[in-house]
Amino acid sequence: MADLSRDDVAHLASLARIDLSGAELDTMVGELGQIITSVEAVQQAPIADVTPMSHPMPITNVTRPDEVRPSLTPQEALAGAPDSELSRFAVPRILTED
Amino acid sequence: MSDPTRMTAAALADALACGDLSSEQVTRAHLDRIEAVDETIGAYLHVSGESALAQARAVDERRAKGEDLHRLAGVPIAVKDVMTTTGIPTTAGSKMLQGWVPPYDATVVAKLKAAGLPILGKTNMDEFAMGSSTEHSAFGPTRNPWDLDRTPGGSGGGSSAAVSSWQAPFATGTDTGGSIRQPAALTGSVGVKPTYGAMSRYGLIAMASSLDQAGPCARTVMDTALLHEVMAGHDPLDSTSIDAPVPDVVGAARRADVSGMRVGIVKELTGQGFAPQVQARFDEAVQHLVDAGAEVVEVSCPNFVYALGAYYLIMPSEASSNLARFDAMRYGLRVGPQGVDAPSAEQVMAASRDAGFGAEVKRRIILGTYALSSGYYDAYYGNAQKVRRLIADDFARAFETADVLVSPTAPTTAFRFGEKTSDPTAMYAGDIATIPANLAGLPGMSLPSGLAEDGLPAGFQVLAPAMADDRLYTVGAALEQRLVSAWGGQLLQQAPDLATTKGA
Repeated sequence: MADLSRDDVAHLASLARIDLSGAELDTMVGELGQIITSVEAVQQAPIADVTPMSHPMPITNVTRPDEVRPSLTPQEALAGAPDSELSRFAVPRILTED
Repeated sequence: MSDPTRMTAAALADALACGDLSSEQVTRAHLDRIEAVDETIGAYLHVSGESALAQARAVDERRAKGEDLHRLAGVPIAVKDVMTTTGIPTTAGSKMLQGWVPPYDATVVAKLKAAGLPILGKTNMDEFAMGSSTEHSAFGPTRNPWDLDRTPGGSGGGSSAAVSSWQAPFATGTDTGGSIRQPAALTGSVGVKPTYGAMSRYGLIAMASSLDQAGPCARTVMDTALLHEVMAGHDPLDSTSIDAPVPDVVGAARRADVSGMRVGIVKELTGQGFAPQVQARFDEAVQHLVDAGAEVVEVSCPNFVYALGAYYLIMPSEASSNLARFDAMRYGLRVGPQGVDAPSAEQVMAASRDAGFGAEVKRRIILGTYALSSGYYDAYYGNAQKVRRLIADDFARAFETADVLVSPTAPTTAFRFGEKTSDPTAMYAGDIATIPANLAGLPGMSLPSGLAEDGLPAGFQVLAPAMADDRLYTVGAALEQRLVSAWGGQLLQQAPDLATTKGA
């Protein structure tokens, strides 16, 4: 089993911006360790000198003319917002007092 | 006239075209069926009855005026809840999006509407399409119409169960590692994952962008072909959409001629690890293809043994990135952390993501965060992308000697609720035969191959080279013809009758 501690999982959860309860952390340490052990098989594959494939299709960047086109109205864009004010998304404070 | 809910989409289209049925009658019959049985099955998260009937009446009026309509106009459809729909809630099976009504339609949904297909509702799914059983939906599981104690597979269990319990003639799905094909196999229906990029991903709530692919679910190969034709095509709103003609999949399904075709049995996807009765139905199906004139060859794809590991590194890595958009700021759930006055945006984000995401989604986000983190990136994500190349090369070599490849779709028939939830790696192993096609971007189909000794359906998978989706339909239709003849009708007619709860 991969060497993943409870502190490691707590750190990963903080990087992923998910508050996990203590019980969730305990469960996840065991499960993640089991999953990581099983996926480590990729390191046994004959991959020396293999070019990674990031995508199934050979694709190139796609652009379009920079033209003004119809888009969502402010009301439509805000319709699913948890909070709004003066036709803008209202969000909790971003800067701390420090 | 027979019960419209027991008719294929093709037969419904014919009946509508010659005036034997109206779209309103057909749509209402399906809504009645949903009301009668869906409390038991749980295939739908949202039923949009009024708007479906309005769409149906509009088609009937246009037909009465003699307008030139799409051949499927008026045939109702169910849509997987991962596709955005204006005016109809879209949740992707997550509390994070509960009650959200999108301001735009996914391109595939816009195509369904343009063709005049009334939308019956949105189908249940594992949260954000993460799962192989539809047990990970935040709104309760979908039950398998063949045995209510068993799952319909996942993540598209809702779409497959809707189709196989006669609640919709066909439905849309998405397939990231098998989410159309595996539930099709477990419910005795037909599901197709097209070539990556053949159908637009615009408006599909993304899990793993280099793997996700929309596709059709139905009860017959021809119905999946008809729906494939509507959904496919280039979309300038999706930069990964392929700008090339759509293969003639309907013509291929009609042709159904496999004489001289080389069918490759993938050595690594048969035998050990597959339930004996699933393997037996597969072997019989292969014999049917031989009887129909196909030539069987054995091919080896030695690197498929690494596919599951590569998939379960690439998929969560992309998912952790895609799901970063659920930050509680612009849409979706927002909750504050308990006991904190004037919390910061970051604290609200972390509390909302804890409250809004289920256990499987959290597990995959954190696994992806780990795989992409400094110091582990090369060992995990980087190596997985190299394995992906090996698998694509294996396919390329196999298609030098075979026109299509075949295997059982899933190693077992439908499993019981809770049977695999405590062991994620056991659940993940169920996708072993479907995942390679996603990694390489190739098209695949699952169709029923018969019943195992437990009375449950087994699936037969056909894989083809990229952009040769039509071959799936040629082989699938040829096999279906012979199997239906041997069974004396569609396999689904052998499914147990469902108790009706109301409205019937």
